[in-house]
Amino acid sequence: MEIQFRHDVDNVLAEAGQQKKPVLLDFSAAPM
Amino acid sequence: MWPDERVVKFVNENFIPARVHVKDDSQLFQRYGENYGAHWTPTILELDSDGAERHRIEGFLPNDDFLSQLMLGRAQISFAAQQWDDAEKRFREIVDKFPDTDAGPEALYWAGVSRYKGTHDGAFLKKTADAFKERYQDTTWAKKASIWN
Repeated sequence: MEIQFRHDVDNVLAEAGQQKKPVLLDFSAAPM
Repeated sequence: MWPDERVVKFVNENFIPARVHVKDDSQLFQRYGENYGAHWTPTILELDSDGAERHRIEGFLPNDDFLSQLMLGRAQISFAAQQWDDAEKRFREIVDKFPDTDAGPEALYWAGVSRYKGTHDGAFLKKTADAFKERYQDTTWAKKASIWN
């Protein structure tokens, strides 16, 4: 199991508002 | 920190997870990094559903410290939404599961505040101050709670 990070941040923020769900936003420099 | 199964479970259950990579998402990084004042990596923000920042973790942390900080942020989201019972439950879970992390005394403080906010009974603030006489005596949070004695 792993975290499925999304990169469409605009959509994530919009969906968070619709779903009333918090967002975890990771600013990373780690190898992808 | 991310491969830790407890962290993965907690994030998946509580958040919509998004990542902005400094190189691979450079335009997004510039935009959101500026919007949220993220100038270093790793920086992890816990945002409420309206996009308001409620907690920030900057720099690497070992797993227990990282998870307890994530839990602290999630509890603060409930607190900001005035969901007092849920916030208190989440803060107390941190104290119970991760008492030796930096999040422990902070969570103990905010658990007491959550209870007070939900009940308007000042006895819960005094009870919290009393709890700080038993543990975390040398922390900033104990100093903050001392006014309630």
